[in-house]
Amino acid sequence: MIVETVFTPWQSLSGGVLIGAASILLMATLGRIMGATGILAGLFSPSNANDFGWRAAVLLGMVSGPIAIFAITGQMPAVQVPISTTMLVVGGLIVGVGVTFGSGCTSGHGICGMARLSPRSIVATITFMLTTGITVYVIRHLLGG
Amino acid sequence: MRLIASYISGLIFGIGISISGMANPAKVLNFFDVAGTWDPSLIFVMGGALIVTFIGYRFVLRRPSPTLEETFKLPTLSDIDLPLIGGSAIFGIGWGITGFCPGGVLPALGTGRSEVFIFTGALLAGIFVAKALLRMSTNTTATV
Repeated sequence: MIVETVFTPWQSLSGGVLIGAASILLMATLGRIMGATGILAGLFSPSNANDFGWRAAVLLGMVSGPIAIFAITGQMPAVQVPISTTMLVVGGLIVGVGVTFGSGCTSGHGICGMARLSPRSIVATITFMLTTGITVYVIRHLLGG
Repeated sequence: MRLIASYISGLIFGIGISISGMANPAKVLNFFDVAGTWDPSLIFVMGGALIVTFIGYRFVLRRPSPTLEETFKLPTLSDIDLPLIGGSAIFGIGWGITGFCPGGVLPALGTGRSEVFIFTGALLAGIFVAKALLRMSTNTTATV
């Protein structure tokens, strides 16, 4: 199933600017990379109570994002999932394995790592952007999904 | 103070993700579907985030330390190795199937939608499996 979406350059740009601002704030205060994978995974193996605390607080803040939007606009941000539950679970497992071996995802490598001009992050980002594009092409245009 | 700074960072990130469309799998998948229902919006998300962070990090990382901690905790690995490339390639396959990445899905938990919780459960399971595999491989020889 394919759901068409509207091109939203200004909204997306302002969202991106906020994501950047959040990354700067976390680095300026706690000296940490705003990487969703690392922050989430570390929550389950924290080095001490302090380490658990800041991770939990960031995640709680993230979850509050859509709720803040709802409080301001009266509408939750759109989440349209055009795939089956089976594929959602399979894809989730694959993402979990990939980001663990690859040490990061779109936020950690794609934004924070690239912003530091880290060669590892640049290679990782190019790699996953390519395989994501290929996967979407194969599913939608070769398999007709 | 550390917790407040962390919470506010997460909140700004979560609002940014929500506004940008990164929490919406349909929009993410359409971004990659150049040959079909292409929606180029996400170029503006990544471009905006990257430019802002690039400039901000120049100023922040020039300082001797962050304001609430003693040192910056930056990744120390520098090798471009097989786990990095293979893992990233695998991540892209999962992202291409679902349209969800960890940074997009975690804020989306706030919408309370069941699909988001299902994906996050599977994501965590994948992370635990991969961590177990990594531990096994470092206990023997590094073959991953």
